[in-house]
Amino acid sequence: MIEILTNYGDILLEGFINTLIASLIALVISLIIGTLLGIFQVSTNRLLAGLANFYVQLFLNIPLLIIVLFFYVVFPMLFVGVNGFTAGIIGLTIYTSAFIAETVRAGILGVPKGQMEAGLSTGLTYSETMRYIILPQAIKIVIPPLGNQFINLVKNSSVLAMVAGLDLMYYGDLIASETFNTFDTYIIVALFYLIITLPLTYTMQYVERRLAAND
Amino acid sequence: MKQSKKQNLLFLLLFPLMLLAACTSSTVANQDITERLSQSSAPIVNWGVKADTNLFGLYNIEKGEIEGFDIDIAKALTEEITGDAENAEFIEVTSKTRIPLIKNGNIDAIIATMTISEERMKQVNFSDVYFAAGQSLLVPNDSTIQSVEDLDTDTTVLAVKGSTSAQNIREHAPETNVLELENYSEAFTALQSGQGDAVTTDNAILLGIIADNPGYRLAGAPFTDEPYGIAINHGQENFLDAVNEALDTIIENGTYAEIFSKWFPEEEVPDLD
Repeated sequence: MIEILTNYGDILLEGFINTLIASLIALVISLIIGTLLGIFQVSTNRLLAGLANFYVQLFLNIPLLIIVLFFYVVFPMLFVGVNGFTAGIIGLTIYTSAFIAETVRAGILGVPKGQMEAGLSTGLTYSETMRYIILPQAIKIVIPPLGNQFINLVKNSSVLAMVAGLDLMYYGDLIASETFNTFDTYIIVALFYLIITLPLTYTMQYVERRLAAND
Repeated sequence: MKQSKKQNLLFLLLFPLMLLAACTSSTVANQDITERLSQSSAPIVNWGVKADTNLFGLYNIEKGEIEGFDIDIAKALTEEITGDAENAEFIEVTSKTRIPLIKNGNIDAIIATMTISEERMKQVNFSDVYFAAGQSLLVPNDSTIQSVEDLDTDTTVLAVKGSTSAQNIREHAPETNVLELENYSEAFTALQSGQGDAVTTDNAILLGIIADNPGYRLAGAPFTDEPYGIAINHGQENFLDAVNEALDTIIENGTYAEIFSKWFPEEEVPDLD
C-alpha cells in the first residue's frame, strides 16, 4: 500500500485535486440552479412551474453516466468540443441541480401553509412573503438533506473516470490495472474520497446545529 | 463406507470411458497428418479458426459459413497441399480451446489470429508469419499523422484502460498525451467526437473498425511486432514443412496478395520475407 503511495503519489494527488475542483464547481453552480428551479416549481406561474418540473423530472430519472456521455460524445459532434473533465462537470451540475431542486421544493412545501396566508394577509406580495417569511424557514428544513446531496455529488464525481476526466477514480483505475493490486489501490482511492466527504459532513452538521440554536 | 462404495462405482463406470478417451486421442494426435492426407481418398485438412473476429474469421449467418482472411488463406494452403480447396474443413475455436483441440488431434492446424510467442512455442510449432500483426494507429483520413513518430505534445492518443497497448504507446511516443477509455468502441466514439487524434491497439482490431466505418485509415506500419502464425502440434514436422512450402508458393504466385487485397483493400500488401 505504501508502495502505491510512493510510486503513484503525484498522479493520485493530481486526481484528488481534479476531483475537488470538479466537485466544488458543480456544487456551487448546481446549488444556484437547483434553488431557483425549486422556487420555480412551487411558483404560481404555471409556465414557469411547468418548465422547472419538466427539467427536474427529466434529469432526476436519467442515469448520470448517460448525461455525462452525452456531453462527452454527442455534444462535441453538434456544437463545440468539451474535454472529459468539462463534460463531467456539466453532467454533474445538471444531474445534481435536479436533486437539489426537489430538496428545495420539499423544504418550501414543508413550511406550514398558514405562513404564506398570514404573509399575504399582512399586505406583503407573493415574492416578498417568499423572501422574508417562507425561505428563511425553508432553509432550516433543507439543510440536512442538502448536505446529503453535496456528499452524493462528490461521490458521483467518480463518473469522470468513464470519460477520461483525469479524476481520482480515473487514476485509480489506471494504477489498479498497472499494478494488479486492485484491493490496495481502491482502498487508497476510497480514503482520498473520505478526505473530502468527511469534513463536508461535519461542516453541514455544524451549520445545522447553529441554525437550530436560533430557534 | 457408503460414500466410498459410491465413489468406487462411479470410478468403475467412468474408467472404461477415460481409457477409451485416452486411446483415441493419443492415436489420432500421434498419426502423421501428411501420411494420412496422402493415403486417404478424401484428404480432409481440419483447420481451427475463429468465428467471431471481423475480417479474419466471422460466421456469416446468411450463408451459413465462416468467412475471412484466415479462412481464405487456409483454403489456398489446402489447395496447394491436397489439390482441392474443398478439402478444407473449418472447426470453430476460441483462444481458450484452440491449444487443447490441437493437442487432442481434433484439428490439424490453428489459423486463428494467433500471435507467435515463446510461451506458446512450448506447446505447439508455428509456421512462418502469414500476417504481420502489431500495434498501430487509427486516424481519420484527413489526419496529418503518418506514423507513431508524428505524435507529440500536441496530440492525444486514445487507448483502452489497462491494456498493453496503452503501455506500449507511452514507450514509443513518450511525449504524447494518452487518454484511457473503457473499451474499443468508447475509444473510437471519443475519436469520432474529436476527443483525441488517434486510437491505438492491434492493427487487426483497427482494420475491423475501419471495415465498418469508412473515412478512417491506419497511420503507417505497425510499430510493435506481434506476427500471426499457423500453429501445428509438436511431432507433426512433416505437415509443418508442407504448410510452410504451400505458404511460400501462394506468396510467390500472387494468391496471398489477392486474398490480402480482398479483405484489406485499403492496405498495402506487406512483404513477409
